[in-house]
Amino acid sequence: MESLIVIGNGMVGVACLENILAHKKRFDITVFGDETYANYNRILLSSVLAGERSADEITINGLDWYQKNGIGLRLGARVINVNRTLRTVTSEDGGVMQYDKLIFATGSGAFIPPMDGIYRRNVFTFRNMDDTQGMLRVAEPGKRAVVIGGGLLGLEAARGLQLRGCAVTVVHIVDTLMNNQLDSTGGVLLKRRMEELGIEVMAGRRAQAILGRDEVEAVEFMDGDRIPADIVVIAAGIRPNADLARQAGIACGRGITVNDFLETSDPRIFAVGECTEHRGETYGLVAPLLDQAKVLAATITDNRGPVFEGWKPAAKLKIMGLDVFSAGEFQETPGTDAVRFDDPGAGIYKKLLVRDNKLVGCVLVGDASDSNRYMDWLRSNTDLTVRRRSLLFPEPVTDKGSSIADIPDSETVCGCMGVTKAKIISAIHEHGIQSMAQLKECTRATTGCGSCAGLCEGLLKAVSPEFEEDTKRVLCKCLPFTQDNLREIIQTQKIKSVQEVLEIYGNGIGCEICKPALSYLVDVVWCGDHDEDRSARFINDRVHANIQNDGTFSVVPRMRGGVTTPSELRRIADVAEKYKVPLVKVTGSQRIDLLGIKKQDLPNVWRDLGMPSGQAYAKGLRMVKTCVGTEFCRFGVQDAMGTGIELEKRLENLFTPHKTKLGVTGCPRNCAEVTVKDIGLIGQEGSWQVVVGGAAGKDVRKADLLITVETTEEAIEAALVFFQYYRENGHYLERSYGFVERLGMEKIRKETVYAPAKDKKALLRRLQKSKAFSRDAWTEGLTPVNKTQFVQIQPMEGSAREVVQ
Amino acid sequence: MWTRITAVESIPVREGRSVELADREIAIFNLGGRFAAIDAQCPHRGGPLCDGIVTGGQLKGHAVVCPLHGWKIDLDSGAVLKPDVSVRVETYDVRVDGGIIEVDIPCARKRAA
Ligand code: SRM
Ligand SMILES: Cc1cc2nc3c(=O)[nH]c(=O)nc-3n(C[C@H](O)[C@H](O)[C@H](O)COP(=O)(O)OP(=O)(O)OC[C@H]3O[C@@H](n4cnc5c(N)ncnc54)[C@H](O)[C@@H]3O)c2cc1C
Ligand code: SF4
Ligand code: FES
Repeated sequence: MESLIVIGNGMVGVACLENILAHKKRFDITVFGDETYANYNRILLSSVLAGERSADEITINGLDWYQKNGIGLRLGARVINVNRTLRTVTSEDGGVMQYDKLIFATGSGAFIPPMDGIYRRNVFTFRNMDDTQGMLRVAEPGKRAVVIGGGLLGLEAARGLQLRGCAVTVVHIVDTLMNNQLDSTGGVLLKRRMEELGIEVMAGRRAQAILGRDEVEAVEFMDGDRIPADIVVIAAGIRPNADLARQAGIACGRGITVNDFLETSDPRIFAVGECTEHRGETYGLVAPLLDQAKVLAATITDNRGPVFEGWKPAAKLKIMGLDVFSAGEFQETPGTDAVRFDDPGAGIYKKLLVRDNKLVGCVLVGDASDSNRYMDWLRSNTDLTVRRRSLLFPEPVTDKGSSIADIPDSETVCGCMGVTKAKIISAIHEHGIQSMAQLKECTRATTGCGSCAGLCEGLLKAVSPEFEEDTKRVLCKCLPFTQDNLREIIQTQKIKSVQEVLEIYGNGIGCEICKPALSYLVDVVWCGDHDEDRSARFINDRVHANIQNDGTFSVVPRMRGGVTTPSELRRIADVAEKYKVPLVKVTGSQRIDLLGIKKQDLPNVWRDLGMPSGQAYAKGLRMVKTCVGTEFCRFGVQDAMGTGIELEKRLENLFTPHKTKLGVTGCPRNCAEVTVKDIGLIGQEGSWQVVVGGAAGKDVRKADLLITVETTEEAIEAALVFFQYYRENGHYLERSYGFVERLGMEKIRKETVYAPAKDKKALLRRLQKSKAFSRDAWTEGLTPVNKTQFVQIQPMEGSAREVVQ
Repeated sequence: MWTRITAVESIPVREGRSVELADREIAIFNLGGRFAAIDAQCPHRGGPLCDGIVTGGQLKGHAVVCPLHGWKIDLDSGAVLKPDVSVRVETYDVRVDGGIIEVDIPCARKRAA
């Protein structure tokens, strides 16, 4: 068997191996990679930096894949020499190995412009996992980051760092951003949109030095100006890794020179990926390179025939809520028509460049929803004569199904991985694919930048008879984002009302699923300082009572810790008689429910009760159930009632993803059943156990121990920290029992009770802010938000009374 | 017969309110820029449709979701959109005159004696 060595364990080298394995010919394969990670998706490093994905989530092929396919993997082994006479490669650790065939897949490295001080600590490039992890270690709220370079990579790095809490400045050498892909109108609009996201942009400025002692402290410009910096990222471009090949005497230009078959000047040696130069062109995006990988796989397995003819460049910025796409040419030239749509107010700019009735390039900023269609026209050289009147305006689509039907079979759906609609459909049928996870596994669609996920899901839904939703699913079809995305959008785009989210990111109307969820999200993101919109709330939250099967309501006054007084009980009795309440019931949560009250009576009932709302209707703090504890019980070792009442006071009137029930018990006999509460405090001799995630409803689950602490104040603090953490990270309608299982206690502990003091303080600060904005809902009985909040409309004419008269 | 009901301010935008007339109870919705009126009771088990959340309906219109068990009623046609049952509720024409909402109510229904 011939031996094949691959230098470079990156995206394209390994993709090429996958393709080789699909052919009949077998090699004895060894891969050298100087990184210490198995094969991962480099494109998604931006998402890892931005916190949208974890490092393990971006693995493409794990170690088991190499094993299964009998491929020798040398991780952390940098090849330092290639000897073409002896046909050997030498790695840094001194190992020498012989090849029959050799593939260079060394990718590219960051281009570092001449600048002083680049070796100071906390100066990074943005190329691999180590760079990313390095940035993640230092990026935190309060840090100032300067990104040098306003291209794709620089902007994605800037956004990632900003989402980690850094104050970010992008320094770009020319006046407009992404000047290799956008014209000046697009570049200027992009700059404005970045600034709206809260990222400072200094364009037309040249950084000349990075200052500091050991760690970086500032960046200095040509004119002597300085700006302070704790982190510097250099993203000024990339340069093919061709030196090793050049030293071995292989023909190179900027990259390793290859022909249409991906052969180099040495017949035993091939090159693929970003390290290559083909017909004078180098590539920095993965789609054309994966095409190269396929061609090389054919060439090297004795199926020489398919050719790589070069691709028109295309680029997409991966910043959520900020669509930027560019393909082909982007500057007007004589003989080219520019078709434009330019609405600076809406932040949308589109330009199509048309020559001889064919599309030769496009620039999209602010709305890239049509990029697939333009890419298709561009690649297939479609004659646009008949479409000239409506190039920028697709037929309006009424539903997703028909827009999917509109896509021609040959159109590429996943641009990164080059997967067409026809390929997806045949894969669905042949392999019985039902879920997005299976589709990914089988076709690789969506595994690049991920921006085609919506389209693929639509296709899957339309074609697969037994479609299964993914767990990471979007909230509803009114607005195609996950809850985590929405939280981020609300925060970074500074949106304070439900209607605004729906208008900008959704269908403008919303439904009974997304409106209450968005109501919760805007509340929690702004700690109560949002624009409340009652029309987006379920009726219970409009009138602060629980609707019954006959349209009447139930009223549960707050009875903190289940403790009441004779005068409260007397008032409750009086109200029950006065309003002829059909049922008075002691609830399962240690309080009293008055059921069957008419909407218009609610304000008077509340006034007569003179007690605050128990929020028995709300996705929020319900009650804190207590036992008698040290006050009276002969076994009590902690003050359960006092602690429970205190907790209830600190948390009442706050909202949570789903209802939240607490309990405090004075000794481990646990008479208040706190081990099945969302948060429970269990008193012990000299300490408290704080437990979370218990349930005894649809599911029964024993709560997990969060922490054991000595003092009551510490126990309360642990409960508050968890409460706020659940508010900020729980999905709407996710009870704490599902929440702790999804995140895992280890992570929760690390980010709540064991979190650095400043993070814990920040959680408590946000809780306090929300508390300051909160109020007893029943005060609206006296000051309704509108005059018909509780009362029925009395008609000006045509009423029953009028007819009788 | 056009019947004067109430000032436009009585119904907050994207919410509904019910009103009892001589022989029927109707729910009127403020859809921001226009109003719609339908019979107030849900055809399922009589839930109060005026208390529902407003959402998108057939074509580009609006619908309301009953707060009790989630039936979805189209506000323009009165058709039940969810679940798939062939029931509909009565709809009424609405207009605004001088800031007053007016509903076109057909002549009084025969009342059971
Ligand atoms: C009134 C009460 C029953 C009673 O008479 O005792 C009650 C009544 C309702 N419960 Fe409950 N639950 C009541 C205690 C409980 C308890 C026991 C407890 O709190 O200690 C549980 C088990 C613990 C738990 O919360 O899991 C409980 C588990 C549920 C569940 C299942 C939740 C789950 O995820 O497992 C629902 C359904 C839901 O929320 O989706 C529910 C939903 C309901 C609703 C809100 C149904 C609805 O949507 O209309 C009922 C409202 C009736 C009303 O208008 O008052 N109720 N419900 C209790 C009110 C307590 C209070 O004072 O606030
Ligand atoms: C942050 C980021 C975001 C990106 N976003 C996008 C995007 O949205 N869309 C897109 O299409 N593309 C994107 N790209 C570019 C894309 O990742 C590359 O085009 C692709 O990874 C190229 O694959 P490759 O195999 O040629 O090189 P690489 O994936 O870089 O792999 C080369 C590997 O070879 C190793 N190596 C080099 N020399 C040696 C040696 N002498 N010995 C051993 N090992 C060696 C390198 O360490 C590296 O691991 C992005 C890149 C980055 C860094
Ligand atoms: S168990 Fe709860 S939800 Fe079910 S009928 Fe009883 S009160 Fe209603
Ligand atoms: S009463 Fe309206 S859905 Fe059941």
